[in-house]
Amino acid sequence: MGGVCKCARAILIAAAGVGALAGCSPIEPWVKPYEREHFADPIMSFNRDPVSTVYLEHVFESREGARGATGGVGGGCGCN
Amino acid sequence: MRNRIAALATACIIALPALAMSSSSAAPQFTLAARGGRPVSLVQYKGQVVMINFWASWCGPCRQEMPLLEHIYRKYNKLGFTLLGVNVEPDSQAADDWLKQTPVSFPILYDKESTVSRLFDVAGMPSTVIIDRKGKVRMLHKGYKPGDENEYLDSIRSLVRE
Amino acid sequence: MQLSVRVVRALLAVCLTGAPALAGVLPEDRADVLYHRYQGGGITIQGPSVLVRKKLGDSFSLSANYYEDMISSASIDVQLSASPYHETRKQKSLSVDYLHGKSTYSAGIINSKEPDYKSDTAYYSISQDMFGDLTTVTMSYHRGWDRVYKDLKDAATGAIINDTKFNGGLGFAIAEHRGYALGLSQILTRNMILGVNYEAITDEGYLANPYRNIRYFDPTVPGKQFTLADQVYPRTRTSNAAAVQLKYFLPYRAALSGQYRYFRDTWGITAHTVELGYTHPAWKHWIFDGSLRYYRQGAADFYSDLFPRANYSNFMARDRELAAFHSFTLGIGASYEFSVPRAPWINKSSANVRFDRLMIDYSDFRNALLAGQRGFTAGNEPLYKLDANIFQVFVSIWF
Repeated sequence: MGGVCKCARAILIAAAGVGALAGCSPIEPWVKPYEREHFADPIMSFNRDPVSTVYLEHVFESREGARGATGGVGGGCGCN
Repeated sequence: MRNRIAALATACIIALPALAMSSSSAAPQFTLAARGGRPVSLVQYKGQVVMINFWASWCGPCRQEMPLLEHIYRKYNKLGFTLLGVNVEPDSQAADDWLKQTPVSFPILYDKESTVSRLFDVAGMPSTVIIDRKGKVRMLHKGYKPGDENEYLDSIRSLVRE
Repeated sequence: MQLSVRVVRALLAVCLTGAPALAGVLPEDRADVLYHRYQGGGITIQGPSVLVRKKLGDSFSLSANYYEDMISSASIDVQLSASPYHETRKQKSLSVDYLHGKSTYSAGIINSKEPDYKSDTAYYSISQDMFGDLTTVTMSYHRGWDRVYKDLKDAATGAIINDTKFNGGLGFAIAEHRGYALGLSQILTRNMILGVNYEAITDEGYLANPYRNIRYFDPTVPGKQFTLADQVYPRTRTSNAAAVQLKYFLPYRAALSGQYRYFRDTWGITAHTVELGYTHPAWKHWIFDGSLRYYRQGAADFYSDLFPRANYSNFMARDRELAAFHSFTLGIGASYEFSVPRAPWINKSSANVRFDRLMIDYSDFRNALLAGQRGFTAGNEPLYKLDANIFQVFVSIWF
């Protein structure tokens, strides 16, 4: 349990740091919102059909020792 | 490079040096190819209140906003207001297909090279710019969520009276 | 059985770090009905999965899933120390997403029930768009509470009932889980997006499979030369997993994806997962998918196919999920998009089919059923191999 707590704390601090950075970000987006059409395309989604992805992940996890860190996050189209 | 120039000539873009967009600077001039064939220039609308909406067929909030924009256009068009829908897609096929399903009566311009998007410093999809009768940018709005159209209406109502 | 925990894990993995938490825009309204079927190694598991997602107003999106596993098992483990069984596992889940500006807040619950395993999980996550919406950061936390039972056949009636003598006479055992995940999605170029995920999970309590046994070398047993005994698992487990995923848009409209995951836990298991995928739209209405997955894991410290004697060590296991093995999975899928003219409220619909073939080669798990036959002595039986066919067919509608 100690291992997870220490790791988790580090992650949360890092995430808070990233969050704070975002607030004062001078980084200009190098891919403009009007250039993000491909990311709105369903074929570029990390998880196009969740009902199917969840099932396959379940099959693998049932037979393997490894777990976690699966799936993709976000993929903003620059809308709003 | 030659091909690029040829393409630009077809699109007929005249660009002033890019200005940092703020809500009181003069709107940059441009000319873009439009639906219907004849190119459209911003200068044609001097004396009118102009609302420019940058949109794309792949952008959900943009599609959601379009019928409301059509409604606004019809309501204020006779009072010296016009709406220009600038489509930012390099290939306009998807946009044209979508417009067949959801037609609008205001002019649709094609910014295939993203030159006008860059001119106006478009930082979100959709983006709406409202320009007053003297050609000054009076409102910059990024994104769309239901209720935003009230902001547009407030701005248009006051600018149309000027 | 243990399936419950793993399923819940899988569902979480996708929910927490997966697509729905798209800060800035809520996920689309849709409904999916899936039929799934796994067949291999003497086990057949099939059933439905129904998923519905609907926006409520402009800021909320609700999602509900009903899932069933109808299990028919005569696996190598069952054949060694138990009798073939049939059972059904039912799972229900509900989640809500709340969008506010560039942040999406999500929370959900999952409940899974089968005759010998009940599990409840709660989770929440926050997803944030930043740096001009090129970046999305997601943080999530989940907790799970499980009740483990052991089933047996009632001698008098022949019905399947919970063993009241299980776990020292208590009749059930408890396991608890806790997990933290951090995910990052980054648009790199106009055509490429990167995903990075990290997840730490801790389990406490009864973590074993009550039906499985270890075996130890016992020369007094004629022929087989081994005796079965109870597994002894540690009461805690902490694992860390980190994965990197890249997706690339090909100019003729297709997508290439690659993924690598590294896993390590306090049981001594180290695992690597590599997956490549290709998506190819064709002929206006079709989308084809192909994928290749390679998985390799090292055995747990306390795992052994055959222990040299009884009570060899404090912890002992022979669950093949903890063995050393590698596997290949080949997958292909086809999707056909169509519209339903008589139902204008349906924006889009698709019919989908997918087939995966999973091939596992164990490096230190042997077919103990062959001990004492065909000249195989205990510990020298052929290594076990598993081939399974995984079939999915589903219909999706967007409204």
